[in-house]
Amino acid sequence: MTWVNTVIQGILLGGLYALFAAGLSLVFGVMRVVNLAHGDLSVLAAFLSLLLVEHAGMAPLLTLVIVVPVMFAVGYVLQAGIINFALRTELAPLLATFGLAIVLQNVLQEAFSADSRGLDAGSLETSSIRIGDHIGIGWFPLLTFVTSVLVLLALHLLLTRTQLGRALRATSDDQRTALLIGIDNRRIYSLAMGISLATVAIAGVFLAIRTTFSPSIGSARLIFGFEAVIIGGLGSLWGTLAGGIVLGVAQAVGAQIDAGWGVLTGHLVFLAVLALRPNGLFPRTATA
Amino acid sequence: MTNAIRLGLCGALIAVLALAPMWATLGQLRNLVELLTLLTLAQMWNLLAGYAGLVSIGQQAYIGIGAYAFFALGDKGGVQPYLAVLLAGLAAAAISLPSAALVFRLRAGYFAIGTWVVAEVFHLLVLNTNWLGGGAGVSILFVSDIERRTRSFVTYWMALGLGLGAVALAFVMLRSRVGLALTAIRDNEDGAEGIGVDVLRAKVGVYVAAAFGCGLAGAITYLSLLRIQPDAAFTVNWTAFMIFIVVIGGLGTLEGPIIGTVIFYALQQQFSSYGVWYVVALGVVAIAIAVWVPQGIWGWIAQRFDVSLFPLRRHYRAAPIRQDEAVESPAA
Repeated sequence: MTWVNTVIQGILLGGLYALFAAGLSLVFGVMRVVNLAHGDLSVLAAFLSLLLVEHAGMAPLLTLVIVVPVMFAVGYVLQAGIINFALRTELAPLLATFGLAIVLQNVLQEAFSADSRGLDAGSLETSSIRIGDHIGIGWFPLLTFVTSVLVLLALHLLLTRTQLGRALRATSDDQRTALLIGIDNRRIYSLAMGISLATVAIAGVFLAIRTTFSPSIGSARLIFGFEAVIIGGLGSLWGTLAGGIVLGVAQAVGAQIDAGWGVLTGHLVFLAVLALRPNGLFPRTATA
Repeated sequence: MTNAIRLGLCGALIAVLALAPMWATLGQLRNLVELLTLLTLAQMWNLLAGYAGLVSIGQQAYIGIGAYAFFALGDKGGVQPYLAVLLAGLAAAAISLPSAALVFRLRAGYFAIGTWVVAEVFHLLVLNTNWLGGGAGVSILFVSDIERRTRSFVTYWMALGLGLGAVALAFVMLRSRVGLALTAIRDNEDGAEGIGVDVLRAKVGVYVAAAFGCGLAGAITYLSLLRIQPDAAFTVNWTAFMIFIVVIGGLGTLEGPIIGTVIFYALQQQFSSYGVWYVVALGVVAIAIAVWVPQGIWGWIAQRFDVSLFPLRRHYRAAPIRQDEAVESPAA
């Protein structure tokens, strides 16, 4: 029964990984750029939330009302002010976002020290639904999972049903033709980066409530999101959700076997998928 | 600069550096070891990203593997220290082959994160292996019976050999057929493939060579430091330093990493008392250069003044320029 519990916890965690992954693959899909600062930007969101909790006395989840729009703006400005100028080569945006990752990590470390911090959401974090003697589903992990799925659904609807979504997909499919029909690709890129960072802000705050965080944790988040993308298969939001769940379960099961093996098991499952099914477990040809 | 002057200057510089144990203190020698290993790492990363188009952010894997292989061979296997350094480099190169088989399935940005995952896997494996000291790390004891001065001198000469070797390797490689292939890949990968360059083979070759160089650098670094901690040996900061050095100095040029290393090292020595702020400043400069001056400091100088320290380019335009000079140039 412990195992059932472990798998359930893994599935719930996987939703969050999918949320990290969705922002990453949205930006990649639209402008073919991998934002290597993605994880560190989620840590930035967590620290913003921490500031609001400590200085304005807000409840952690309530801070999303401010943190999400702020991170959207950060994304828009980052893209419009820097990355849009780096798109001439494949190399430059990678170098710029990697530099940003290192800069952010070190600035956060100077500002907040290297200590682990946490966001305290009170009883929400500790209460759970008991099913029988051995299975307990925490309310907060469940809320996290449901939120992740809802955000993914919202992204899906945005991409498929709205004017902006059509512009995003058009730019993704064929940038030149999109330009021809009057889509300003730089503005689209900036909006895409804004949306990406809004989703990563949600993921960052939820993960900060769930576990502790420190300035150095960003790269791990980037890697988990990336692994979810590749395990799921490029280009499909629901594949990404499945990839996140596979990764979450792998980590939970690995950690159950030996506390030091959780993250490593996730990496090994990712490498196995890469070796055996390089297109992912749930591939789709179109890009999201 | 004519080749004779170039060779003379190079020879003089090498002689001064080789005689460093006569003019430098042990502390200065240790700093020079650090400088030379940084130069090596930068040259390796420049070959990867500047020529083969491979943005690896996982080169710390091979530094860590080199360090731990050096420890395992010497402390556990009783191998002679200086032979152990060479074998550690080979171990890193050997491990890079199966890694390449995996990460080469990914492209560009995803390749970058893939190499990072591979580095994390090795990091976590070491953390979970008690035989290699686990999270606490290990001390390198097997070199302690060598007299301290002798050890410092030999370590320094090995680092010097490595640094010069890395520059020479890049130089010879770039002047060879392989270099022509790599330059073609750098300029246009699809075009290179089209005219018959075996792109994959060239890339794997560079990846393995870079792992070898990073492995040697890792072993020599810890022969100098004598204590390996897994979090330090496998930190992504290694790769961050390589990238900052190469991007600031000039990506895809041989001189760039040399200039970048000197700048980086000078700033590090000058500002390390301000904590991590020098890293932040370097990062900001590297971002600005990557976006707005992608050819880097050396690339900019070379473009503006038409100079190069290493004869790597083929000067096709020699004939027409001579004609112009004969007509117009008052200096002629």
